[in-house]
Amino acid sequence: MRVLAQLAMVMNLDKCIGCHTCSVTCKQAWTNRAGTEYVWFNNVETRPGQGYPRRYEDQDQWKGGWVRTSGGRLKLRAGGRFRKLASLFANPDLPEISDYYEPWTYEYATLIDAPLGTDVPTAAPKSAITGAPVQPDWGPNWDDDLGGSTEHGVADPVLQRLRDDLGVQVKFEFEQSFMFYLPRICEHCLNPSCVASCPSGAMYKREEDGIVLVDQHQCRGWRMCVTGCPYKKVYFNHRTGKAEKCTFCYPRVEAGQPTVCSETCVGRLRYIGVVLYDADRVTEAASVADEHDLYPAQLDLMLDPHDPEVIRAAEQAGIPHDWITAAQRSPVYQLIHTYRLALPLHPEYRTMPMVWYIPPLSPVVDAVAGTGFDGEDGHNLFGAIDSLRIPVEYLAELFTAGDVTPVRTSLRRLAAMRSYMRSVNLGREPDERVPAAVGLDGEQVFGMYRLLALAKYDERYVIPTAGIGQAHDLEGIATQCSLDVDGGPGMGGPAVAGGQGRVDLVSWRGTGRPDALFPTLRGGGDR
Amino acid sequence: MTTSLDLLLWGAAPYAAIALLVGGGVWRYRYDRFGWTSRSSQLHESTLLRIGSPLFHFGLLLVIGGHVLGLLVPKNLTELLGVTEDNYHLVSLGMGSIAGLAALTGLAILLWRRLRVPAVRNASLRSDRIAYPVLALAMLAGLTTTVLDNGLRGGYDYRETISPWFRGILLLHPQPELMAHVPLDYKLHVVLGMTLFALWPFSRLVHAFSAPVHYLLRPYVVYRRREPGRVGNRATRRGWEPVDR
Repeated sequence: MRVLAQLAMVMNLDKCIGCHTCSVTCKQAWTNRAGTEYVWFNNVETRPGQGYPRRYEDQDQWKGGWVRTSGGRLKLRAGGRFRKLASLFANPDLPEISDYYEPWTYEYATLIDAPLGTDVPTAAPKSAITGAPVQPDWGPNWDDDLGGSTEHGVADPVLQRLRDDLGVQVKFEFEQSFMFYLPRICEHCLNPSCVASCPSGAMYKREEDGIVLVDQHQCRGWRMCVTGCPYKKVYFNHRTGKAEKCTFCYPRVEAGQPTVCSETCVGRLRYIGVVLYDADRVTEAASVADEHDLYPAQLDLMLDPHDPEVIRAAEQAGIPHDWITAAQRSPVYQLIHTYRLALPLHPEYRTMPMVWYIPPLSPVVDAVAGTGFDGEDGHNLFGAIDSLRIPVEYLAELFTAGDVTPVRTSLRRLAAMRSYMRSVNLGREPDERVPAAVGLDGEQVFGMYRLLALAKYDERYVIPTAGIGQAHDLEGIATQCSLDVDGGPGMGGPAVAGGQGRVDLVSWRGTGRPDALFPTLRGGGDR
Repeated sequence: MTTSLDLLLWGAAPYAAIALLVGGGVWRYRYDRFGWTSRSSQLHESTLLRIGSPLFHFGLLLVIGGHVLGLLVPKNLTELLGVTEDNYHLVSLGMGSIAGLAALTGLAILLWRRLRVPAVRNASLRSDRIAYPVLALAMLAGLTTTVLDNGLRGGYDYRETISPWFRGILLLHPQPELMAHVPLDYKLHVVLGMTLFALWPFSRLVHAFSAPVHYLLRPYVVYRRREPGRVGNRATRRGWEPVDR
């Protein structure tokens, strides 16, 4: 068992009002630069809909993620290592800018600069890339709120799959349609196919917190990562010629603050926390034969932070104590593992994504209320979840590779919570059979309710700080002789500037090469 | 008899080019690793690139292979292996023409695309204005030597003159007199080649040095630890180092 810590996120889709505040604040913080005009590290798409970039979920076209070979091994869908190198000069599966959208701005200056005349000056749209006049016909959220969905919604790859494989038709008539919002950031996968696709080795997963990053000094612009990521969340900066992606706001997270998208989320629907997982079993879990087993396999990877054996293994692996306690208080672990409410996005890509979603119950509630029944009555809701083919099957295609059981469980638990807590709030005697029907007791429902409805800032975001430098110093105080200084009676060797150049075998964990065991050419100052 | 121009072009200039190539490369790697990229424009335009780029690059790889064979392998070694001058000439003419033509056609497509597709034209660098013409001219001159001197005029054995001169440069034993009576188009090709090498580190051509061969050997998923002692995304600026003693 090799325990690693991962910062993970859960989004409660029931609370998303589609305001795009997360997208806008993210863009202002990270991608308001030349070369990233079209880039949205965070975007919110309306489902059913094509998403951004257009139809990114159609892996027959874009070749993202992993596939399981007949021999049970994992292979990049876009091809193995030799194929990647052979297609270096022209990547056959790279989206063009028009697949995202041609970014545009308006000629605002003409509004005040235009010479005096009889015509009213207008701010005509122009391309932000070439400066030429353009007529915008697609954007990052062109089909927002089902706008134009009779035309665009039918091209949703998930809907197509439902239609072709299951024969399920989705209605786009105004009064019969359903929709919800899906905010997306990089999934910071446990088995990232973008990292595996990078020929330069510039992309990496950080051992300390699992954040997937691009080393801008090592990236050579081979753009294989863009193809490799099935979520299309690695972008090519066309000005710098380098790949860029969501950084999980690591400078903020290292200081214990939530990401910008979470911080500014109006609906307070995002949760961030630590999850401990067994890195040795990731490949095994990602290569299970049945796609429906991917969600349980990933659940199984996550380790119980209260298990003494896990704690011991985590300490041995060098995970700081405050990270272990953070994992024990992790709202993400509770939503994913304890309550089984949150589900991964497209586990069938076999990347083991780590941004999970609580499926929206609202379309079901609305559908029940629309028929004149009480939409929040437990029995009505239970019945509706089971009988409404849509959206449960649509949600299953998104979150569990088509297996409706976990989606149904999650929705039923949410429904039970609504019904139970309504009784409590109205001063009625809550019906204990309602939570019992979904495998919970009243106590657990209260816990769920606390987490989903009340949780304050510090309960939604349980983020330990990086604090590595300090931790080492503190460790030194505890394990080194206080007299062991230059010229002191316990002098243990020549003290080097900055306290470096000394091997402390007492605090050495026995793994890796201790700092300063071997001399460095530059005195270790310049790394 | 070597003139001073010969001495300059075939004795001094090669070392200047090598110095710029190596020194410039080291400088670029140390101070502008961020700019070290192929600067692909496939995001803007894919259709033409998918024809032109592989044609150019694979053609060029063959051309480079041909140069290695022709310049670095001494003539007596190939003769020792039983390759007669006629056979060598035939192969070099055939393969050279095909590879050169492929590379040049690819480059023509890429240049047309760079000039005529507005987004790609916009994404061009100032260094491209020098690098592309030099590259195109060098390749054109190279193809001329193959087709004209080796093909139509019946053959010129550059392995008696240019190849020993080239090896002499690398072995620090320059023999500029070997180049004095080489046909003009060869001279032009060599000069353009040296210019190209001198420009190499300062243009987008640097990406050739980072051909990711190690991708074949490394594990798929790369893990890295945070740089020890550094929190945040940049190193401490000079003058702002924390108190450490």
